[in-house]
Amino acid sequence: MLYSEKVMDHFMHPRNVGVIEDADGVGEVGNAKCGDIMKIYLKIENNVIADVKFNTFGCGSAIASSSMATEMIKGQPLDRALELTNKAVVEALDGLPPHKIHCSVLAEEAVKAAIKDYYDKNGIEYDHSLFPDCDSCAHCSDGGCEI
Amino acid sequence: MNVYADNAATTKMSKRAIEAMLPYLDQVYGNPSSLHSVGQRAAEALASARERVAGALGCTPREIYFTSGGSESDNQAILSAAAIGARKNKKHIISTAIEHHAVLHTLDKLKKNGFEITLLDAHENGIVRTDELKSAIRPDTCLVSVMYANNEIGSIQPIAEIGGICREKGVLFHTDAVQAIGHIKVDVVKDNIDMLSLSAHKFYGPKGVGVLYARRGVSITNLIEGGAQERGKRAGTENIPAIMGLAAALEDAVSRIDESSKKLTVLRDALINGIMQIPHTILNGDSVRRLPGNVNVCFEGIEGESLLLLLDSKGICASSGSACTSGSLDPSHVLLAIGRPHDVAHGSLRLSLSEENTMEEVEYIIKSVKDTVSYLRDMSPVWRDLQEGKKKYVIQ
Ligand SMILES: Cc1ncc(COP(=O)(O)O)c(C=O)c1O
Repeated sequence: MLYSEKVMDHFMHPRNVGVIEDADGVGEVGNAKCGDIMKIYLKIENNVIADVKFNTFGCGSAIASSSMATEMIKGQPLDRALELTNKAVVEALDGLPPHKIHCSVLAEEAVKAAIKDYYDKNGIEYDHSLFPDCDSCAHCSDGGCEI
Repeated sequence: MNVYADNAATTKMSKRAIEAMLPYLDQVYGNPSSLHSVGQRAAEALASARERVAGALGCTPREIYFTSGGSESDNQAILSAAAIGARKNKKHIISTAIEHHAVLHTLDKLKKNGFEITLLDAHENGIVRTDELKSAIRPDTCLVSVMYANNEIGSIQPIAEIGGICREKGVLFHTDAVQAIGHIKVDVVKDNIDMLSLSAHKFYGPKGVGVLYARRGVSITNLIEGGAQERGKRAGTENIPAIMGLAAALEDAVSRIDESSKKLTVLRDALINGIMQIPHTILNGDSVRRLPGNVNVCFEGIEGESLLLLLDSKGICASSGSACTSGSLDPSHVLLAIGRPHDVAHGSLRLSLSEENTMEEVEYIIKSVKDTVSYLRDMSPVWRDLQEGKKKYVIQ
């Protein structure tokens, strides 16, 4: 099998699929040209992620990574959610094939982009170094899809 | 329901092909190069297989070289023509943008060795234009290599016309007929084909065995040096069981072409009509000049690998040209060459039927594809943007 049982489980039965119409923060990363786009919606209450939904265009590991990442941040305070790394997503999925690691990177970035959007919308101060400039990262830049 | 609809990738062996191989595994196990009777029985089998293959292709046995499959035949055909060309300082080759990588990567290698390569446009329907071929031929052109039918989108090239043009201009003509042989009628003499590649596992024969047909007078260069097998052009003890399987499968497929293509065309068109009911879906390849079992479409707003995995969970084996399934980061070069944008090419699905498929299976595929596409579109941010008018549909 290409994927672990965990990946297949989250791909076949993704958690938190959907849209939050009145979301407090929305983050979209990726590029359809490269075959992956992730969009994460957050509902924030008292600095805690009260609800999270995602929409993903992409391969099995992209959908599984979105599902796992949303599970990992649901109910977490924002500062904990910001600590989510792609490595943690990969580990929680019992691994991804080497050429699919970028899917977990997208998941981490989508979470960060959604939190940043919440901070920006509400004029909340934050440490900019915590948020990589998405437009310049490999899979979003026009240079192509090389990771 | 379990449905195998990936016959362009490979086929299940026919009973006839399996039965043809069995005696050569344990009874006639000799080396055809041996002088003793055990070896000579194998040599006789090999000679008869060569005759039967020649009969099915309409050529002579001396024009048949057994190889390890389509890739080797493609490599050897192109490198042989290049060697002939280089001797006369003719170092220009014409091919198409939609060839199999066995052809394209061989051409890349030649390019590094000073050859000039012209790739003909395959246009939106996946078919080259013969007037464009005519104007591409130059005094230093040593080879035209155009595949008979495309493995992804099923488009069939005007091979007889191309053969005629090449013969008239005195340029060697090779065709990769791996997807065509056993599925549509091929006549190497009438089509003026100088070299042709075929592979047994695409017509219900064994894997790892193929044929290079080279017309008498076309000098072949070795890829593998060693013993004098295959008239000195392909060293290595012959894979007799596989060759026997190839001969049986080829005879069987060629003798049934009318019947099988009629049956498959009905199934194919029902499948295409059913799938095309899905909104924002486009057929890849020509709708008429198309392999009898090939269906290839792009769905807007979804990605192919997730579609394949979900179809597999419903028992359906298919394939896709999405980057995630190719192991590279770019989607299929064929879909890009016929003008599909990257994001649309990621959402491709190929279903390739065999005679074992039934109308019930076709109906099951249609229903499963419809359900799965709509499920994936529901979770796709791209689809949402299209629906909300934030993005324009590429496929109307
Ligand atoms: C058009 C075409 N050419 C060449 C090949 C390679 O054949 P083989 O797998 O026998 O090397 C294939 C099959 O994968 C094919 O479809």
